[in-house]
Amino acid sequence: MNKQKVNYGEAILEGFNFLLENNPEVFVIGQGLWSPWYVGNTMTNLEKKYGKNRIIDTPVSESAVTGAAVGASLCGMRPIVVHPRIDFMLYAMDAVVNEAAKWSYMFGGQSHPSLTIRGIINRGGEQGAQHSQALHSWFSHIPGLRVVMPYSVLDARDLFIASVLNDDPVIFIDDRWLYDETDLIEKPKKLVLSEQGPKIISSGNDITIVGAGFATKIAQECNLKLRKNNISAEIIDMRILSPIDPSLIIDSVEKTQNLVVIDGGWKSCGFASEIITSVLEKIDPKKLNNKPLRFCLENTPAPTSNKLEEDYYLNSYSIVKKIKSLFN
Amino acid sequence: MRDFHRQFDLEKLKNSEFFNSPVDVNRCDANCLLSDLKDMTYIRKVENKLALEKKKGNIKGPVHLGVGQEAIPVGIAKNISNKDYVFGAHRSHSHILSLATDLRKFFSEILGRSEGLSKGMGGSMHLIDKKCGFYGSVPIVAGTIPIALGAALAAKIQENKSIAVSYFGDGASEEGVFHESLNLSNILNCPILFVCENNLFSSHMFISERQPLSSIARFALANDINFKIIDGNNICEVNNAANELINWIRKSSKPAFIEAVTYRWYGHVDWREDIDVGVNRSEKDLKNWKKRDPIQRLINGLKSKDLFDEERYIELSNNLDSEISIAWDTAVQDPYPNAKESNNFVFK
Repeated sequence: MNKQKVNYGEAILEGFNFLLENNPEVFVIGQGLWSPWYVGNTMTNLEKKYGKNRIIDTPVSESAVTGAAVGASLCGMRPIVVHPRIDFMLYAMDAVVNEAAKWSYMFGGQSHPSLTIRGIINRGGEQGAQHSQALHSWFSHIPGLRVVMPYSVLDARDLFIASVLNDDPVIFIDDRWLYDETDLIEKPKKLVLSEQGPKIISSGNDITIVGAGFATKIAQECNLKLRKNNISAEIIDMRILSPIDPSLIIDSVEKTQNLVVIDGGWKSCGFASEIITSVLEKIDPKKLNNKPLRFCLENTPAPTSNKLEEDYYLNSYSIVKKIKSLFN
Repeated sequence: MRDFHRQFDLEKLKNSEFFNSPVDVNRCDANCLLSDLKDMTYIRKVENKLALEKKKGNIKGPVHLGVGQEAIPVGIAKNISNKDYVFGAHRSHSHILSLATDLRKFFSEILGRSEGLSKGMGGSMHLIDKKCGFYGSVPIVAGTIPIALGAALAAKIQENKSIAVSYFGDGASEEGVFHESLNLSNILNCPILFVCENNLFSSHMFISERQPLSSIARFALANDINFKIIDGNNICEVNNAANELINWIRKSSKPAFIEAVTYRWYGHVDWREDIDVGVNRSEKDLKNWKKRDPIQRLINGLKSKDLFDEERYIELSNNLDSEISIAWDTAVQDPYPNAKESNNFVFK
């Protein structure tokens, strides 16, 4: 097998190249697309290869740009909208929530917004409250949106391709804190997005730890540390947050009788609560060895000061400490 | 900007006491005007039927009626084909009817039945008929403006010669996305016609209570977009403006803008004339605006040139009445959507 070492950012770039080479109906629209500064190494030279008519850098108009992508998708195109910072994408909520998510339903399944909206989480480095948000739980609340959050390098490419080739509106969230992750991967594979779901990325018997995106990376770090302490964790990467399929997690918790969810978003009404509830609806809490645990952001905006950021964002050290206490 | 307003007679256009003279039919083809008269009468009758059925309680959902505004879509429709992409908003019955949609399916949709244009999932405010070139209407004010722009962008990328038409009201110009869309349409060279039906009201609020100036085309000017301000109740003016601008859009692949000043006879929603979302309307204004009726003014114009055949019009009118009542009586028999099946519409 011809495997190639790439990082997460390069994997997304490979996804773009695959889509643009093979699908004339794909075009890309958003801010900062002609500048290397906005989107890291994920879109390098695309406008030179495919032309500025297909890679469209735009005025500062998130709302109209996203709405226009919805419109183009209703007329035979497969647009990819890029929001280099998901915080700015909030200007586009009418197009996302009122229009794209509901379009198929409102018109009796006769018209489908086949667009992918890529929102990049870009936080830390004293960027503060408006350059920091992880809003996957928000989008997952809305029926009609598919929400994809890749952790692995392979998924960054192949789930991206699957998202764009899917005929429904997809919110694809990648995290700049993952861009330097590397892996050996084969050539792009066409996956059917609706058939994708959570994956066990490390098997274990003592505790189930669920994450998505960057939170899965923290889960993996916890896994290594726990194994040194003879605690065998089963790590599940969610990959697809909506529509949610909790069956794999339920099976895993049946086995481990312990559940931990790590979520890079806020605690209240979040993805962690959804996972825990979905499990407790199926498994008698009395059968669990411990109450389920969730590690999320506190319900405050992100701070600016570096000293405060250290405590604000999740880290494996404090999570491992808490988990170890369950096994003493 | 005030000079701009004087130049286009906007104060007069807004004033209900002007622009009530017969349409000057010399400016358009006579056969074409007779067909326009038929189309406008048809739309008027269908919407009056909806007002009546709403009053009787036979329609459960809201209906936003556009009686009085018929000349605008009729004038636009004949300059486009079903290969173009038309998008509407909450008051869009006339837009889809002008494209010759199936009347029974239209009624069925308004009744929330599964044989409807949107399979009974949309009702009056969410209409679609892609076969006719109508790609969707939704009630979020200005919601479809960027979507129509995207359709135009798709046409440009595909080089398929289609254009997009975006219908909206004056209220939509108060939404930020309207301004983003005008700017984007020009900078991306999108073949789109923006049609502002300026009926002077947004829900219960008169335009002077909402905007410092009453013209919406001033925003086209600000974005360097070709525009025309017209009397929207004069079918000849609509025909000529639509023809000229649509030809120009197809040739240049650039956006253009029509502001058609008009008035709706019913209140913002449903069948009452006297009350607009809880606020009483001026009886005098309504009376004056009825003198600006686009249908009667066309009839008066045709009469002045001996082009109007009273008997034939009565016959046409009766035929339309029976066509409408047959379609309605069929639609009320249609089944409701099935809850389980409708859940399948969430995703493809």
